[in-house]
Amino acid sequence: MNYLLRGIGVLAAVGTFSLLAFSLPSGEAHGDGGGDALPRLTHKAWQQECASCHIAYAPAFLPKASWQRVMGGLGQHFGEDASLDPATQADILRFLEINAADAGSSRIGRKVMQRMDAQDAPLRITESRWFVRKHDEVPRAAWSRKSVGSAANCAACHRQAEQGVFDDDSVRIPK
Amino acid sequence: MIKRLFCGAVAALGMVSAASAADTPASLMAHYAQAAGIPVAALSAARGAALYRAEHPGRNAQTASCASCHTANPQQPGRSRVGKRIEPLAPAANPERFTDAAKVEKWFRRNCGDVLQRECSAREKGDFIAWLSQVQ
Repeated sequence: MNYLLRGIGVLAAVGTFSLLAFSLPSGEAHGDGGGDALPRLTHKAWQQECASCHIAYAPAFLPKASWQRVMGGLGQHFGEDASLDPATQADILRFLEINAADAGSSRIGRKVMQRMDAQDAPLRITESRWFVRKHDEVPRAAWSRKSVGSAANCAACHRQAEQGVFDDDSVRIPK
Repeated sequence: MIKRLFCGAVAALGMVSAASAADTPASLMAHYAQAAGIPVAALSAARGAALYRAEHPGRNAQTASCASCHTANPQQPGRSRVGKRIEPLAPAANPERFTDAAKVEKWFRRNCGDVLQRECSAREKGDFIAWLSQVQ
């Protein structure tokens, strides 16, 4: 009888504890806005300059070494001249480094780094193993549709990409 | 009194910010004409249109022109190579165009290099703006 009561007590305690543990928001996930949402970042030059031709890709998608390569080669940026004055270039690079995947400041960044070798510094977000795995359900033909253009055009399918929203519910692959 | 001072300060601030973005298509044409050593009246909208439409050898055996991204009609929005919308280039459709000399120079530098494989001359820049600012 005593044992039975004690057993119920233990079960109740464990149950309550695990309920609390799983229902209470974990600081990490919600610090980023939860799930796969990106940290909300504002930086005038980053938004103004990088978003002229494509969305301002989140710094958490690539490690610092990648951003150093990208910003060091803007004169030949994937075949186009995207060069900036030196002050703006340095300002944007600083921002990218502080918020890079390996800066430890975001949940997405940690996920990207989990699948990247320490010495890797890809130039394209689409080359990272994290990106490839995330998109393995997208049919190959969808990428080359005229409405999409290229895999660099996040907003073609992630309709709220410019607001940093990339969750699966907001995805619509255009015809 | 305080209110009047405040309004005065706001008005003064407004004038300062307006002054810092005071470039216009006309002032930029004047600037480029002067740099080219010709009178503004010698700039040519017809030459500007020809510059906009001229096809040059581009990537993957295709040709490139300003119209490749900005479309044949500069009053329409264009599309970057990645697929992002480019706001119309003609001031009639987009009054923000040619109102910031630094921005204008930045894009001439980049795009003349990409499309023409060389810098554009001051006269070409003036012609280009002369054409776009009269597109209705």
